[in-house]
Amino acid sequence: MAAVQETVEQVRRVGADQYKYGFITDIESDLAPKGLSEEVIRFISAKKGEPEWMLEWRLEAYRRWLTMTEPKWARVDYPAIDYQDLYYYAAPKSTAGPKSLDEVDPELLRTYEKLGIPLHEREILAGVERPEGEERPRVAVDAVFDSVSVATTFKEELKKSGVIFCPISEALREHPELVRKYLGTVVPTSDNYFATLNSAVFSDGSFVYIPPGVRCPMELSTYFRINEKNTGQFERTLIIADKGSYVSYLEGCTAPKRDENQLHAAVVELVTLDDAEIKYSTVQNWYPGDENGKGGIYNFVTKRGDCRGANSKISWTQVETGSAITWKYPSCVLRGDNSRGEFYSIAISNGRQQVDSGTKMIHLGKGTTSRIISKGISAGRSSNAYRGLVSAHRKAEGARNFTNCDSLLIGDACSAHTIPYIEAKNPSCVFEHEATTSKISEDVLFYCMQRGLSQEDATALVVNGFVRDVLQQLPMEFAVEAQKLISVSLEGSVG
Amino acid sequence: MTALLEIRDLKAEIAGKQILNGYDLTVKAGEVHAIMGPNGSGKSTLSYVLSGRPGYKITEGQALLAGADLSQMSVDERAAAGLFLAFQYPLEVPGVATMTFLRAALNAQRKKRGEEEMSSPDLIKRVKELAKILDMDMEMLRRPVNVGFSGGEKKRAETLQMMLLEPKLCILDETDSGLDIDALKVVSNGVNQLRSKDRGIVVITHYQRLLDYITPDVVHVQSAGRIVRTGGKELALELEETGYARYQSEAA
Ligand SMILES: Nc1ncnc2c1ncn2[C@@H]1O[C@H](COP(=O)(O)OP(=O)(O)OP(=O)(O)O)[C@@H](O)[C@H]1O
Ligand SMILES: [Mg+2]
Repeated sequence: MAAVQETVEQVRRVGADQYKYGFITDIESDLAPKGLSEEVIRFISAKKGEPEWMLEWRLEAYRRWLTMTEPKWARVDYPAIDYQDLYYYAAPKSTAGPKSLDEVDPELLRTYEKLGIPLHEREILAGVERPEGEERPRVAVDAVFDSVSVATTFKEELKKSGVIFCPISEALREHPELVRKYLGTVVPTSDNYFATLNSAVFSDGSFVYIPPGVRCPMELSTYFRINEKNTGQFERTLIIADKGSYVSYLEGCTAPKRDENQLHAAVVELVTLDDAEIKYSTVQNWYPGDENGKGGIYNFVTKRGDCRGANSKISWTQVETGSAITWKYPSCVLRGDNSRGEFYSIAISNGRQQVDSGTKMIHLGKGTTSRIISKGISAGRSSNAYRGLVSAHRKAEGARNFTNCDSLLIGDACSAHTIPYIEAKNPSCVFEHEATTSKISEDVLFYCMQRGLSQEDATALVVNGFVRDVLQQLPMEFAVEAQKLISVSLEGSVG
Repeated sequence: MTALLEIRDLKAEIAGKQILNGYDLTVKAGEVHAIMGPNGSGKSTLSYVLSGRPGYKITEGQALLAGADLSQMSVDERAAAGLFLAFQYPLEVPGVATMTFLRAALNAQRKKRGEEEMSSPDLIKRVKELAKILDMDMEMLRRPVNVGFSGGEKKRAETLQMMLLEPKLCILDETDSGLDIDALKVVSNGVNQLRSKDRGIVVITHYQRLLDYITPDVVHVQSAGRIVRTGGKELALELEETGYARYQSEAA
């Protein structure tokens, strides 16, 4: 059988079996009443002990949401979602808000261990053996399980340098002035259907504040886990890098295999003030559904960064391998003069997955620059679209963008689309766009196999070569993880 | 003793077109064979059929590697069993550093044979030695496989891969084309280092000059998909004089 044909067959067999994180944690949950109403929103707000203004904010969003309709322009196709048939809040009974690590339910700790995310600071420290003198990379983790954060590590140590890293519900209690100042200023409650829904019902997520001039002493990361049945996850993340500060942040996501679809509608807001930089990386591995398209996460996400200050920088790097439906456009508003936005993406679709993803670079300030590198890989019967907007405001004198979108097809049953929009209102800006679509080359696979690589390894090697520019943008530790994930998403047995 | 390569009355086609028409060839361990013949006579086709390139179909006859029926093995199994093809047109693998590729290939073969993987320091050491023999810059090996390599550089890189993998049967498809005079010597020297009593080498070439450096034990003339004449190394000299005209009419 021809190598490509074999690859296609193999990929077809990959489905539910390949998903390593599909187990269910047996834990008793505290649920809000099913469906969506003002009562449910009050319930969520009360559960979190929020200030009154926050409840009002939520209710206003809810009322607005009732007047909106679901967007239909994306190249994705799914049955209507019954918003009244979902739970909007689910929390493990044993955790009434995050406590110290010693108090966390051992069942939850085991869950994160199985996911490869040790929550004991000691273990993280003892993790990787490194040569003498070389600094160990340390990662502070916020673990979000369904609607609540169950643990956040290294909080004390981060506090020493003035960094705030905690669940957003805690930030609302402890730092309400900061949250109030920035929440909804990047993604307004009226932004879009899913963001508005999120504003009404968001449960947990991470809050990060880096004070002026501080380089965050370690990587920060949040791991999202959806466990409970028929439950939506509506996380909200807010990261503020004050003047001259720097932070690198990573999020990971997994969910159990379930036959029903699960809704995930997150909002992430980033703000950089003068000379600050945020590097935001995502390794998204939600359950993609089985090979017939049964089950899987509906991932409708609004991510946006606001380069508010001059010379500030926001860079998005994403490795997307999961979800049944992905609707996601991490964007940058380049408001500050000479600010810079970057978007590096690897989106892999297989089975019946549908991806409509890309970015927006909105150039407002003078001398703003942006760079977009997108690598889409479609296999099986999946559909994979890149949708991007690059625009320049009248005042964006000398704005520059470079865009490169490459698509790789494995087999004949999948599809790839590139949908770029460009709007330049200032004649001095320079926007460059390159795009290619190619099929995985039978000849190159043969060449690799003639050297002894199995057809699976050859495919993984070729795909890893295809995405190399983007992989290089990931923090070292995660690049290796992402590389493995790419193999697993495409192969029958690798990993 | 079983021959290293035994081809018996092999017929093969591509896209429904028969290219090999009853091919017979026996290569014993320790021998170097040269195959010469006009353009389009099926020399590359033979190498692809033996290595299992998709699309090439054996319709009759047999090809055995150390007694094992090649048609029953996948491409990578053939490679692990010791068959190496230096491509007439080596392919590019964008984004994959040559060093990464070498490590992946060598260790994949070793694993299939139940051998221990080679450690990275050992591998780098070995590759450095080979690069020196082939007069190649290590910088080139950090670049993606064959991407942006000149024609001659690609042929050197093929030779380096072959020397690293230490195959039992080496098939060199016009490895000399694209090489300048100095490079020809360097590459031939590398190939000669592979000559051993356990190994067979098949050199496909159009030019007698290569055979001045890699002296063959046997020379074959191939025409219209089969071998039409076999002789010693003096046959290559004769061909240089006379060309293929008489063999082409004979085959027709
Ligand atoms: N895909 C194909 N479909 C049809 N014919 C093909 C195909 N591939 C090769 N051929 C034909 O097979 C014949 C043998 O080609 P091959 O490349 O084996 O010749 P060669 O002896 O290696 O020639 P050269 O000396 O030029 O390298 C040629 O006539 C070629 O056109
Ligand atoms: Mg040829």
